[in-house]
Amino acid sequence: MTSDRNTLPADHYLKHGWDLKSWLLTTDHKRIGLMYLVSITLMFAIGSLYAGLVRWNLLVPDGSHMSAEAYNKAFTGHGVVMVFFFLIPSIPATLGNFLIPLMIGAKDLAFPRINLLSWYIYIVGAALTMWALLTGGLETGWTFYTPYSTVFAESNVAVAAVGIFIAGFSSILTGLNFIVTIHKMRAPGLTWFRLPLFVWAHYATSIIQVLGTPVVAITILLVALERLFHFGFFDPNRGGDPILFQHLFWFYSHPAVYIMILPSMGVISEIVTCFSRKRIFGYTFIAMSSLAIAAIGFLVWAHHMFVSGMTVYSAMVFSALTYLVAVPSAIKTFNWTATLFRGSVQWDTPMIYVFCFIGLFLVGGLTGLFLGNLGLDVHLTDTYFIVAHFHYIMVGGAIMGYLGGLHFWWPKITGRNYIESWGKVSSLLVFVGFNLTFFPQFVLGYLGMPRRYHAYPEEFQILNVLSTAGATILGFGYIFPFSYLTHSLLRGKPAGDNPWGAKGLEWTTQSPPKTHNFDEVPVVTEEPYHYAAEHEDHARG
Amino acid sequence: MSPAFPLAPERASSVAPEVDALFLFILGVTGIVALGIWVVMLYFAIRYRRRSEDERPPVIHGSLALELTWTIIPLLLMGVMFVWGSKVFFHLSRPPDDAMTVSVVGKRWMWKLQHPTGQREVNELHVPVGRAVKLVITSEDTIHSFFVPAFRIKKDAVPGRYNLAWFQATKTGAYHLFCAEYCGTEHSKMIGRVVVMEPEEYQVWLAGGPAPESPVLQGEKLFTDLNCITCHRMDDAGRGPLLKGIFGRTVKLASGEEIVADAAYVRESILTPAAKVVAGYQPVMPAFQGQVNEEQVLALIAYIESLRTPTPSTPAPPAAARTQARGASTR
Repeated sequence: MTSDRNTLPADHYLKHGWDLKSWLLTTDHKRIGLMYLVSITLMFAIGSLYAGLVRWNLLVPDGSHMSAEAYNKAFTGHGVVMVFFFLIPSIPATLGNFLIPLMIGAKDLAFPRINLLSWYIYIVGAALTMWALLTGGLETGWTFYTPYSTVFAESNVAVAAVGIFIAGFSSILTGLNFIVTIHKMRAPGLTWFRLPLFVWAHYATSIIQVLGTPVVAITILLVALERLFHFGFFDPNRGGDPILFQHLFWFYSHPAVYIMILPSMGVISEIVTCFSRKRIFGYTFIAMSSLAIAAIGFLVWAHHMFVSGMTVYSAMVFSALTYLVAVPSAIKTFNWTATLFRGSVQWDTPMIYVFCFIGLFLVGGLTGLFLGNLGLDVHLTDTYFIVAHFHYIMVGGAIMGYLGGLHFWWPKITGRNYIESWGKVSSLLVFVGFNLTFFPQFVLGYLGMPRRYHAYPEEFQILNVLSTAGATILGFGYIFPFSYLTHSLLRGKPAGDNPWGAKGLEWTTQSPPKTHNFDEVPVVTEEPYHYAAEHEDHARG
Repeated sequence: MSPAFPLAPERASSVAPEVDALFLFILGVTGIVALGIWVVMLYFAIRYRRRSEDERPPVIHGSLALELTWTIIPLLLMGVMFVWGSKVFFHLSRPPDDAMTVSVVGKRWMWKLQHPTGQREVNELHVPVGRAVKLVITSEDTIHSFFVPAFRIKKDAVPGRYNLAWFQATKTGAYHLFCAEYCGTEHSKMIGRVVVMEPEEYQVWLAGGPAPESPVLQGEKLFTDLNCITCHRMDDAGRGPLLKGIFGRTVKLASGEEIVADAAYVRESILTPAAKVVAGYQPVMPAFQGQVNEEQVLALIAYIESLRTPTPSTPAPPAAARTQARGASTR
């Protein structure tokens, strides 16, 4: 073990102090990325416990496992924690933070102290929201629909709303930081169309964060104000309009789905090309489709409201735009698949996560075509069909990408390898567990089981039992990586600078990188993903 | 009621087969696409798996022809889905003219329904098979959603708004009625059933129980009880606008705007009259917000709507009803 340690580089970013101060006052994007990693892993664990409660309750149709109040607080806690405190920051705040400066050959982000500030804001927002959830709880659903949240809810709505409002600023600042960094700090020769697709995806994500988050922040603040001071923004008895809330909320919260999925798509693009050892197919199309998703994604929000009473014609406009936003995602999927063609495909853990991602995201995306369809949405919306659909996107897509990325860059982040066979087993568990959890929910939804039901008619029980069984497997699937990745920190074999033979500037520096990333500013002379440079390999071999 | 492990919901309304055909079409198209991509992906992943560390695949940058192909074909397929879906949605959104109107008021945590003949029900709706039923849906508190899976219909009950839905049941039986919009603690208990009966049975069912008043009569009674009649006289000499024939017409407001006097406007004018005053009148009417519940508002609207058609004479309803109304008011 000692000898293993000795083969890690003598100087790297983790060696600059291990005391609390060296972490809490750091401006190193890599350390901040790790601090986010720990924070969001904790939030993920809390969100998963809530999910466990939900699935436990739904084992029986009569709701006898929990009270209705407790169940409502459990699914609300699950949604709030997972969406606002895990999924939205997940890839950008951890991998994005860590990798963007490395990928563009920079020393750090453009505003290192703002980067640290955004972590503190996140922590304050998360702490306040957790305090609200644990003292009295929240039972509005993560969507905070009015007038329920402003007039009828009997829980800590205002405190939780303020917590989410605060956390929003963390997201805005991260987005701003990325945009400026990508514009101003690229290494010489790193033109826009030489950028890794991971960076393109984060650029598109950042635009959504900066433009969208203020809207939801204000909206949710209005909810808190209406609740505390009885303004009439949304309460119809005070002249407000509850539907206005839905417009404002979804104006952000639909694009927020792309905040969750776009970075994941960026990860997939990086992994698929590396593990096929081949230039990505249709680079420009993948890069531009990220921007297209960010742009069109702002125009589809009202497809969440087809049954709330809008006119037929406005519904048609939003349905058409919804179909349009599906196209860039389809383009990406086709290009990833085409990248495999005549490649040299290596079945390592990150790549297995890519296969899982493509398989599951495909189901999530294609079921979106059911829900974007006016005639079908009437029957399917607010049922388990929609629950299954967005979990296929957010868990099957976003989290698969996150796990794939975490495994892919783990050797870079820590300098050590995890045990590959464990990685494979856990990806299999996650895949099987996930499908068993959520596929039955499509059927449940089509049969008509509404979401957010504490008790349900008996004929839905078998499918619910299957779903809970799947969730149990999924839970183990998630505990696995947590344990073997932690294990690798202590016992993992040193990985070397570039264990996968990957392209990209982050692989040209040592693992773990030094605090200032590169000893000298790299100069880029190659196209992106310039694989198959045979002469180099022969020289090495 | 249904098998232990069903894979499709019961199909009991005229629109349900249309929705299901659309569902199967999209399921078929997306199923083929998904299967195709999975198979191709796995085939490539296995066929081109790395066999030696020295492998150097060819450089392929992409193909504009392929990009266009897999952009345009999905667009065309989705175009078909969009048009078909919109067609079904139009059908779902347009109740036939001869539909019987049932008013639906959601209230935490129950559904209150009233038939055109005046019968009231809670969490149960009896309807005749083969007859189009129009639902006028609102809520007394927070947002609910009226959902009958077997009919493939769902519509939010939004406080302060009247949303429309309709169905025509095609099969007798009892079907789930759910609240589909989360509304608090007992959300999952806000359920009931729709009982579809043969028309004769429905008549028998209607005849059972005490003879109710129709919403129009109830509205007229309220109109007197609440002293609306003092200002909204049946000649145009009252302090308030003449209501006869006003429903559905365009009226000019004091602000200069014009508005159609529909159910939503009448409701607003009862609850918060000062919001949109008709030109030529003073904003002197007291607000009835909190004085009348949603069902009473619906009855008043039904009454005002009944004044639209050229009434035989003033006062419109039969004397017996008025006597009954006065009797009730003295109670």
